[in-house]
Amino acid sequence: MIPLNYYLILSGILFTIGIIGVLYRRNTLIIFMSIELMLNSANLTFVAFSRFLGNLDGQIFVFFVMVVAAAEVVVGLAIIVNLYRHHKSISADRANLLKW
Amino acid sequence: MILGIQYIKDSVGFLPFLILLASGLIILMGSAVSGFGDKGRYGSGVALIGSVLALLSLYVLYGLKRNVLFNGMLIIDKFSIFLVATLLIATIVVILISRNAIAKEGAEINEYYVLLLFSSAGMILMVQSINLIMVFLALEIFSLAVYVLVGITKQKKISTEASLKYLLLGAFSAAFFLYGLTYIYGATGTLDLQKITNLVAAGEITNRFYLLFGGTLVLFGLAFKIAIVPFHMWTPDVYEGAPTPITAYMAVGVKAAALAVFLRIFGHTLLKISINWHTLFWVLAVITMSVGNICALRQDSVKRMLAYSSIAHAGYIFVAVVAGSNYGYGGILFYLLVYTFMNLGAFGVVIYVENLLGLKDDYDSFKGFGFRKPIIGLCMVIFLCSLMGLPPTGGFIAKFVVFSSAVKAGYIWLVVIAVINSAIAAYYYLRLIITIYTRAEETNTVEDRPIEGSIYNSIGLIISLIGTLILGIIPYGVLQLAMRAVSL
Repeated sequence: MIPLNYYLILSGILFTIGIIGVLYRRNTLIIFMSIELMLNSANLTFVAFSRFLGNLDGQIFVFFVMVVAAAEVVVGLAIIVNLYRHHKSISADRANLLKW
Repeated sequence: MILGIQYIKDSVGFLPFLILLASGLIILMGSAVSGFGDKGRYGSGVALIGSVLALLSLYVLYGLKRNVLFNGMLIIDKFSIFLVATLLIATIVVILISRNAIAKEGAEINEYYVLLLFSSAGMILMVQSINLIMVFLALEIFSLAVYVLVGITKQKKISTEASLKYLLLGAFSAAFFLYGLTYIYGATGTLDLQKITNLVAAGEITNRFYLLFGGTLVLFGLAFKIAIVPFHMWTPDVYEGAPTPITAYMAVGVKAAALAVFLRIFGHTLLKISINWHTLFWVLAVITMSVGNICALRQDSVKRMLAYSSIAHAGYIFVAVVAGSNYGYGGILFYLLVYTFMNLGAFGVVIYVENLLGLKDDYDSFKGFGFRKPIIGLCMVIFLCSLMGLPPTGGFIAKFVVFSSAVKAGYIWLVVIAVINSAIAAYYYLRLIITIYTRAEETNTVEDRPIEGSIYNSIGLIISLIGTLILGIIPYGVLQLAMRAVSL
């Protein structure tokens, strides 16, 4: 059996890739994709813990996270389409009207 | 079969949620089938009736015993009832003050009220939930609705940009929150907050590192929603870009809902596992107050100033979190209620200036406002005094309770810093008061047009004013309710 830590390390790597993607990329679609990656790495951790604890709660949670991720994409893409209508671009750099 | 009957009985326990959901669906169906008074005329009415009914239904809930509903998913206790009442009052006032503002912004559609009701329902679910699945779901229910509300005036560039920023950063922080939950689950093997509390209290946690790591990530996620420095960078931008009623709603509602979960997760559970949390919260409280107040000093837009002031108020609330006593937690509940009234009132006046007088939201627009509209000018002065923390307003009592809880717990220096911060804050509030009573040159004043529907705005202001003053002059009843709510 593969030890629990292997799963945790893998999901940690995926989560970090997601963070780097959000911080580094300028295309809002890619940023959004990176956030989905972060959510999925959390799913992986849930399933791994659930398997090793012998408790199904974590796997149930994963279904809810998937639904939430889908709903978030619906709202997110709508907002990105609206951004495109204004700027004719989906680059996050174009959103620069509000500054402190 | 028997479980089904039990669930029907349990539904009484979250009646406010059901009522809000039902009225939201009625508006949605109504506008799909017929015009339903297009331009959202009936939408606002149904939303208003729904939220008032939900507030009245709390009377039924108050009679119920502390009870766990739906197999340990939701809870009905005094803590949640107090916060649900706060959230519903906020929703009612926001519906009242948005009636005219949204028309001017060109988004007077029924969907606006639907989203407002759904986000309010999500917040209610959040303060009632004691299972981590429900906490996460509720967080997303109200967040998704608020993302859309921020960008609801979609023809405005600035609003779209604000909603994009809020969406990306909000989803980013929700991912941190979720990842933290996985490790709390890994450490305890359960998602039930009460079971987690029992396990922590019994010292039966096998892997404390998981719990600390998970707790820290959950803290990041919640701190983002409450706008604690250094997770506050989105706040001024989003607050400025959003339609003003939504700004008011976010400052009050999102903060209250996230703080409720924060207290549930940290107040009685995770604070017990390590003494270092108090040091961390001490630092967060100090930098949140200071950054909020110092940045507010240099703002020219009143909306932006109120955004930074909301960050500073989150810092004051955190002072009581550091204290960590039941007295402090009761103070937080009271503070949230007072903050609801005074902040919505202040934003209501900004809406009046912006939309009904047709001016911008910078300090210059307020010049001579106290002479042109003496009564509303005076209201603004009272709200600002309350935000400043001067007696005889609610803001004074709230600050007094919160600070004295920290003194009782022995954090003298924290209170000294907090009081210095209140003095700094007085500068920018007083600057606005002085502007209100500075005579403007007659040339640039806009003519007062007869305003249709401003009566709703006035009712919203009156509710806020009464709340602010009553909580300042005779606070004992409500304060006692708040104290009883936290002594579980």
